[in-house]
Amino acid sequence: MSAVTTPARGRFRDFLGSNRGREAIEAYILILPTIIGLIVFTASPVLASLYYSFTRWNLLSTPKWQGFDNYIELLTEDPLFWITIKNTGFYVLGTVPTGTVLALLLAIALNQKIRFVAVFRTIYFLPVVSSVVAISVLWLWLYQSDFGLVNELLRALGFRGVRWLSSVTWAMPAIIIMSIWHGLGYNIVIFIAGLQGIPQDYYEAATVDGANSWHKFINITIPLLSPVTFFVLTLSVINSFQVFAQAYVMTRGGPVNATKTIVYYLFQQGFENFHMGYASALAYVLFVIIVSLTLFQFWFQKRWVHYEL
Amino acid sequence: MSAQDAPPIGEARTTEMSGVSTDTSEGLASYRVLHITGRVLLYSVLAIVGLTMLLPLLWMISTSLKEPGEVLLLPPKWISVPLQWGNYPKLFDVLPFDLFLFNSIRIAVFATVGSLLSCSMAAFAFARMRFPGRNVIFAIILATMMIPFHVTLIPLFKLYRDIGWLGTHLPLTVPFFFGTAFGIFLMRQFYLTIPQELVEAARIDGCNFIQIYYRIFLPLSKPALATLGIFTFLGSWNNLMGPLIFLTKVETMTITLGLTLLTNQAGGRWELIQAGAVISILPIIVMFFIGQEHFIQGIARTGIKG
Repeated sequence: MSAVTTPARGRFRDFLGSNRGREAIEAYILILPTIIGLIVFTASPVLASLYYSFTRWNLLSTPKWQGFDNYIELLTEDPLFWITIKNTGFYVLGTVPTGTVLALLLAIALNQKIRFVAVFRTIYFLPVVSSVVAISVLWLWLYQSDFGLVNELLRALGFRGVRWLSSVTWAMPAIIIMSIWHGLGYNIVIFIAGLQGIPQDYYEAATVDGANSWHKFINITIPLLSPVTFFVLTLSVINSFQVFAQAYVMTRGGPVNATKTIVYYLFQQGFENFHMGYASALAYVLFVIIVSLTLFQFWFQKRWVHYEL
Repeated sequence: MSAQDAPPIGEARTTEMSGVSTDTSEGLASYRVLHITGRVLLYSVLAIVGLTMLLPLLWMISTSLKEPGEVLLLPPKWISVPLQWGNYPKLFDVLPFDLFLFNSIRIAVFATVGSLLSCSMAAFAFARMRFPGRNVIFAIILATMMIPFHVTLIPLFKLYRDIGWLGTHLPLTVPFFFGTAFGIFLMRQFYLTIPQELVEAARIDGCNFIQIYYRIFLPLSKPALATLGIFTFLGSWNNLMGPLIFLTKVETMTITLGLTLLTNQAGGRWELIQAGAVISILPIIVMFFIGQEHFIQGIARTGIKG
């Protein structure tokens, strides 16, 4: 041991020679691709886009530093930015709570002792595997004002048809309905797994104590399912803030910006107008919104998520 | 468990004991009525939701097999006689759908292979090996799941332009060979469930960890690999933003991107547009029917352990 001259180096060499050291070296070999990917495809771009958000840059020139100008313009001078925030918020509030509650109720229904569970589950899951683009192309046709199936159904039921996607009022609700339809099966499957993870003993004990179904649902199912509900909510919020394909395929953000979302606006600013600095600032605003909401959900979960009874 | 398997009559008696009614026979009868009403209601709701899920997809197929004139008939006609299978070949005249299919398969296969390799390697290290910095690095990887893809989009676009990857399939495949947070998380969850005795026995036999990874863990983790493979393939196939930004030439496009192009170019030709939509989801639907259990279990697994 050359511990006298260079103690740190000596200890490091000892570590490398030991079993623990060899294990560590092998581990680093195994995670090397991941580390490179983390640096090249995630960390550097995240930092680079922070830098670009403080510049004016059209891809051809070199980025020109201009401090907080992009953010100031976004927050104080650009009415479109606030419209996209409002639209995205509307979309999130329209899809997440309804989608979650519907999925929970259907999961409970499917978790009863019923026949054809597999058939129902398969049918509910079909839209999930289909791409948002294909689904949007389908609903574009379903929502068609004069010959679309949705209006045909409404007329058959005695209502008047709606000009869904060309109406400022109805375009976003139309996208919301379609998106709930598209994502329902995914959350149902997660909830069913959660329901099956609740120990049967709790229900048996409650039955002995004379609890009815409603009491069991409120006092056992809801609390014990709360970690799963938390997972579904967190994931849905993160995903739905990034809504893009629906607006791109069905409405191009219209009519009159009624379905222009944050990511759609980012796409337009960056890849149609080549305002790369401005688009980067938009991306960072989206980033901050998503991270704050996720952290808020993690903080708030302490008040409502139960890991045991 | 035994209570679950009990016949309905047993259930009825349990309810009876909880004191709803004192008259046994009358209570039993009213419980039966309630039970049957409940069942009917339950099946009705499930069936209505099922129809809501299924009918739009059937309408997609129905429209794709119609003559142009039939598409706009009111009231709508569900089955065209004869079925217009000719709409499908016509599609290939409008846009190179054969190329789109080939490109989508190629990109999805490479992305899947890449992510299976890189994620299983890293996941094994995080699950079963000890090394300095393990928990910190894993936490960082998990945290990257919060980063919207769009934050990295513009710098990546610049990077790919500078190294000449724009317009090629490389931006949509190469990154998968360097691990994804979701894949590493999924595989790690699975590796944590494999008994430690296997590792110790192999260590005694003189295997190093990398050998343990590919000789023991990789073969044992086929279900998890199938799940991750399906998810990666699906994500790649259904991706819009990546191809939209990185693929510039028509002949390099994926089928999902090609479908948006078709919607613009065949404006109003609903039978062609829906035929395109059918072709774009058909491979995935077939895959879903083959690997259904892996789909469902995979989602359940990520949801519960998350």
